[in-house]
Amino acid sequence: MREIRWHGRGGNGAFTAARLLALAASVYGGRYAQAFPSFGPERRGAPVLGFTRIGDSAIRDHSEVVDCDCVIVLDETLVDVVDVFKGLRADGVMVINSAKSEAELRNDAGFARIKNLTALDGTAIALDILKTPIVNTVMLGAAIAATGMIRVSDAEKAIEELMPERLAEPNKRAVIAAYDKARGKNR
Amino acid sequence: MNEKGNENENGKEKSEFLSGNEAIAEGVRLCGPQVIAAYPITPQTTLMEKLSEFAADGALSASCKFLLVESEHSAMAAVMGAAMMGSRAFTATSSQGLLYMCEMLSYVSGSRFPIVMANANRGTATPWTIFGDHRDSFAMRDSGWIQIYVESGQEALDTILQAYRIAEHPSVMLPVMVNIDGFTLTHTYELVKVPERETADAFLPPLNTFNKLSLEAPKCLSFAFWPDYHLESRCLQQKAFLDAVNFIERTDEEFYGLFGRRYHGLAEPYRCEDAECVLAVAGGVAGTTRVVVDKLRAEGRKVGLIKVRCLRPFPMKFFASLGSPCQALGVVDRDISFGLEGGLYTDVKASMYKPGAGIRTLGFVAGLGGHDVSKADIELMYDKLRNLADGKPEEEHQFIGMRWA
Repeated sequence: MREIRWHGRGGNGAFTAARLLALAASVYGGRYAQAFPSFGPERRGAPVLGFTRIGDSAIRDHSEVVDCDCVIVLDETLVDVVDVFKGLRADGVMVINSAKSEAELRNDAGFARIKNLTALDGTAIALDILKTPIVNTVMLGAAIAATGMIRVSDAEKAIEELMPERLAEPNKRAVIAAYDKARGKNR
Repeated sequence: MNEKGNENENGKEKSEFLSGNEAIAEGVRLCGPQVIAAYPITPQTTLMEKLSEFAADGALSASCKFLLVESEHSAMAAVMGAAMMGSRAFTATSSQGLLYMCEMLSYVSGSRFPIVMANANRGTATPWTIFGDHRDSFAMRDSGWIQIYVESGQEALDTILQAYRIAEHPSVMLPVMVNIDGFTLTHTYELVKVPERETADAFLPPLNTFNKLSLEAPKCLSFAFWPDYHLESRCLQQKAFLDAVNFIERTDEEFYGLFGRRYHGLAEPYRCEDAECVLAVAGGVAGTTRVVVDKLRAEGRKVGLIKVRCLRPFPMKFFASLGSPCQALGVVDRDISFGLEGGLYTDVKASMYKPGAGIRTLGFVAGLGGHDVSKADIELMYDKLRNLADGKPEEEHQFIGMRWA
């Protein structure tokens, strides 16, 4: 089973991304998945979490996610506010929305420990394609490239199911653009 | 849960990715309610929102009345009125809302109206909390409602169908409360198989009750008794609960035949055959406990789980029949009855009581007010049961997961 934690701010769509990933993995990918938000009141702009579990058999675990195989950070400023590194397994993957390069990020002790780090300027891609700085689907594309957890085509189907047509079309393009860019970096 | 997998006779189910609340809403839709009374409370609100979307989209029958009422007390009163006219009715609530409904719960159950309600389990104030535990529904234990606790979104959907079937059976005629853990189940999205309406119709016949108001057959409902008949009426209520035991088990078997999924009636043993240390658990924590049992079994430890699905009627016979090889039994309560112990623990011990019985017991209180019950917590409880079985000292009553030990 793979456990994924999403860091965002209220209104960023972190939980929507957690749901899209799980929906793509389960309904369209033929596996089992779970998605849940950090429970409680929702506040715009405040740090929030989203969680996805993906497995090859039914997922019975209903406890909190403690250790994760992948952490995805939608907003770089969260690094100063919450412990985004908490529980990331030694061979885990971190994907962060940042204009900095991986090498620049690694000047920070927290990032220096992470072997599998992908930094992508998701905000630039979002502004270019979505005309708004909402990066949840962009970072989903980057996370797929960094981990190979699901197929891009399944993510596209999940977006079609969850979003109205006017949003689905540009968001699918955003996923693909981010996937291609991140995959190019990881080669 | 056991699944037949490909043997499922009903191949028309659609796999959807739903929250627990949405899964319940799908279950309610499939039962074709005629009256729904809604009043919002976290973490139940998204359930009623989904049903209101169904109503707006025409997914419910055109004659279904969706009532927005001014309180939970009124919600229960409204569905009671609907039941008095012979309508299938649904409402849902949580926590303080359930407590506010308290007065109406006994009106409904004593009048023997087969209403089904979902309760999103949440702690009760104060300290005020919106997070999950079982203290709301456990406080309503003696309200005369059948109480079922579910472990997953799929079980929640399936249990709504079973609940109407049980409630409306002429020899039962009792209201059913379907309990689902607040947030950890209501707000968690999982893969859920949604049956076709035709299959649901084949499972759940149209409601036809005898205790309804009718000009052709006038009768008095929800009346008062002088002391001379009261004892007999309560005796019949108790008999209905005891008779419901067999019917709950039979309904689950029939459900299995049609849908390929079953939940083992009142209580499900999991890997208990040769288990020496067993935990009894209700709700979503049962799922996490399965994961821990599998892990410890792989390490060669003889551990098992009993998932308590029904709080009322209680699986008395199940617990009474527990014997060797079980040496130590622990009960996980997301509840506490102040001045005694967790409510589930009391019921389990009472059911097991026989002079000279050899099983030692521990009562664990955990997961109050949304506190996570982790896999490490559950493993610790199995360690404590092992200690007890080995004759080492363990306090009978323990809080698990506190910041101080």
